[in-house]
Amino acid sequence: MSRYLRMGALAGASAILAGTLGIGAVVAQDEVEFDVYDLHTVNPGLAFTQMAADAFMGQNPGVKINVVTLENEALKDRISADMAAGSPPDVFQSWGSGVLRQQVDAGMVQDITDAVADIKDEISPGAMSLYQLDGRQYGIPYNFGLVGMWYNKDLLAEAGIEAPATTWQEFLDQVQLLKDAGITPISIGAGDQWPAMFWWAYLATRIGGQEAMENAIATGDWTGEAFVRAGEELKRLVDMDPFQPGALAATHDEQQGVFGNGEAAYMLQGQWAIGSQRAQSASGQGIGNALGWAQFPTVEGGAGLLTDVFGGGDGYSIGRDAPPEAVEFVKYLVSPDVASVWQSFNDGTLLPTNGAEQYITDPILAEVVQKRNEATFAQLYLDQATSPELGGAINAAVADLIAGVKTPEEMTQTITEEAAAAAD
Amino acid sequence: MTATSSTAPKARSRWREWSLPFLFMLPALLVYGLFVLVPIAQAAWFSLFDWNGLEPLNDFVGLDNYARVLNDTVFQQAAWHNALIVLLSLFVQIPFALWLALMLNNRFRGRTLLRLIFFAPYVISEVITGVVWRLLLYPGGMVDQGLESVGGGFLIHEWLADRSIVMFTLFAVITWKYFGFHMIIMLAGLQGIPRELEEAAAIDGASRRQTVRSIILPLLGPTIRVSVFLSIIGGVQLFDLVWATTRGGPANASATMATYLFDVGIVRTRMGYGSAVAVILFIVCLVVAVAYVRLVMRRDTDGAMTAAEN
Repeated sequence: MSRYLRMGALAGASAILAGTLGIGAVVAQDEVEFDVYDLHTVNPGLAFTQMAADAFMGQNPGVKINVVTLENEALKDRISADMAAGSPPDVFQSWGSGVLRQQVDAGMVQDITDAVADIKDEISPGAMSLYQLDGRQYGIPYNFGLVGMWYNKDLLAEAGIEAPATTWQEFLDQVQLLKDAGITPISIGAGDQWPAMFWWAYLATRIGGQEAMENAIATGDWTGEAFVRAGEELKRLVDMDPFQPGALAATHDEQQGVFGNGEAAYMLQGQWAIGSQRAQSASGQGIGNALGWAQFPTVEGGAGLLTDVFGGGDGYSIGRDAPPEAVEFVKYLVSPDVASVWQSFNDGTLLPTNGAEQYITDPILAEVVQKRNEATFAQLYLDQATSPELGGAINAAVADLIAGVKTPEEMTQTITEEAAAAAD
Repeated sequence: MTATSSTAPKARSRWREWSLPFLFMLPALLVYGLFVLVPIAQAAWFSLFDWNGLEPLNDFVGLDNYARVLNDTVFQQAAWHNALIVLLSLFVQIPFALWLALMLNNRFRGRTLLRLIFFAPYVISEVITGVVWRLLLYPGGMVDQGLESVGGGFLIHEWLADRSIVMFTLFAVITWKYFGFHMIIMLAGLQGIPRELEEAAAIDGASRRQTVRSIILPLLGPTIRVSVFLSIIGGVQLFDLVWATTRGGPANASATMATYLFDVGIVRTRMGYGSAVAVILFIVCLVVAVAYVRLVMRRDTDGAMTAAEN
């Protein structure tokens, strides 16, 4: 979408939100104020969150919403620090599962099972389950998607490649072809570590399949053959030197920028990449029509299926001390009318609200949603599925492998040791 | 009897002598106690537990955390990085600041402006410095472009991504930030040296070099020792600038003890373990500071902190 169309869409969205009178209105008692810790640092997400907050405030006089927007890593640090200080934020970005569990166990998060009873049927159960612990609801999802292989059609064509690889060996061959053609094969943000973890996690999902993944997370034993082999396959890739200059220090934003500038052919990232590669590119346009999306290739002899996916969602959790209006605000964000506006931006956010799918106009996003809905098994981001302690260690260990500091055996050994330490 | 009666008035007058200064110091002591001593004691307490900062403190592990910290290869690497920064500061940054101070001590047009420019980086916060330099050092960024434009393209490296040079890149940024500060300290010291001494030396036929070596440097000794002290302590505690620029990466190549503390202790929510790192860091700083003041700065602090030697 051209920049002017998007501006127009934002303006239109503002008008529509103003028209959603009555949907978000709650009984306002005196002055209520709460913070929203939000990670949308670029448009349209950035403008939209504030617009939604303004619309909600307009409908609920006496309610004041402070939107605090921080970059991903900084946001995680901030939430951590606030929780450690004993004053959890009111509405904060959450990816659910293991990390959320630690926060819930510390009594920092509100149980909103009753508050969301009226919207439960409107939201995809798969997405809601990410924020469910022991049958109680501790967050509301606003994004639910999967990680896939983004590629630049033009660059692939330049190297004589017709279609993205469907098997891992084919992928390695293509990386070689790209290198021979003088094109940087892959853009990766190894500096932030979790983009590196995506590669190993997907390989492990393809090689080990659902059973191996669930087993490892439950027992803390990551030394299984599937995980070592995943490390070895990743090492084969790393040894080909396929990444962009400065990849080891690159952040997620820089990674998106490199891909959006057309400087790399492949990028393994989540569904938000469609908007990020645009926002982070120098031109602001991204690679336009050259953008393609494919599923992660299968690995020969692996137990995993092509239809297994690795990904997760985004959502908001409510802090222990937050007022009831905070929950209402998040419910407002995912209500069908507001969700449809958000979805119409097609920036990569995949709203889990029923019926939001019809507002997806981008064919790539439509394909992502289809693959999500067809998934045979969904593995959640490893650093969210496990605790912050183990998740951070997994990310660091994979980054060490990519930097050449650890061998695959050492990597899986370290992860298993950390899992054991985290367990007691 | 006589002994008691002769000491009693002494004790009373000693208390009278001390009570007023003590009362003046009390507010400062309270603040210091509350914001420095109490947290240190708390950290020492937390370090005995396996604790994620949120749950109740009930997993006592004794000195286990300390054993793990000292055996951890990443912590050992981080400690080495700290030592490297201290050594580089002492042998590169301080001499450079001293040389500049000697230059800028002479009168010439634009001297004040130059002093201002050299001091300016010190005023910028560490985080902003880190963010800005990250942009400058980005592959193809201003530093790379600058080098290419003067034909130094072959010098280009992955400044922040190459594990073998990232620590040196960071040292360059640290030097950029702090050399002005040390220069100002030296300038202040230089101004305390009477002009007559240099003039007398010139009359006696001493060259500039001899004057600097035999007259100025020894007289500048206390100032240099202060600068060195600040440099060492700063190097051991290094955190903000490293975290803002590289977060200790890539793969812990630029980790310092303080970034290790933050990364493992707070980001990975291992607060007990992080507290152990904090206590170790505190002990290192304390030992260095006390040893330095007692041994190296003995001459400067005679009478103030030790019994004056006559």
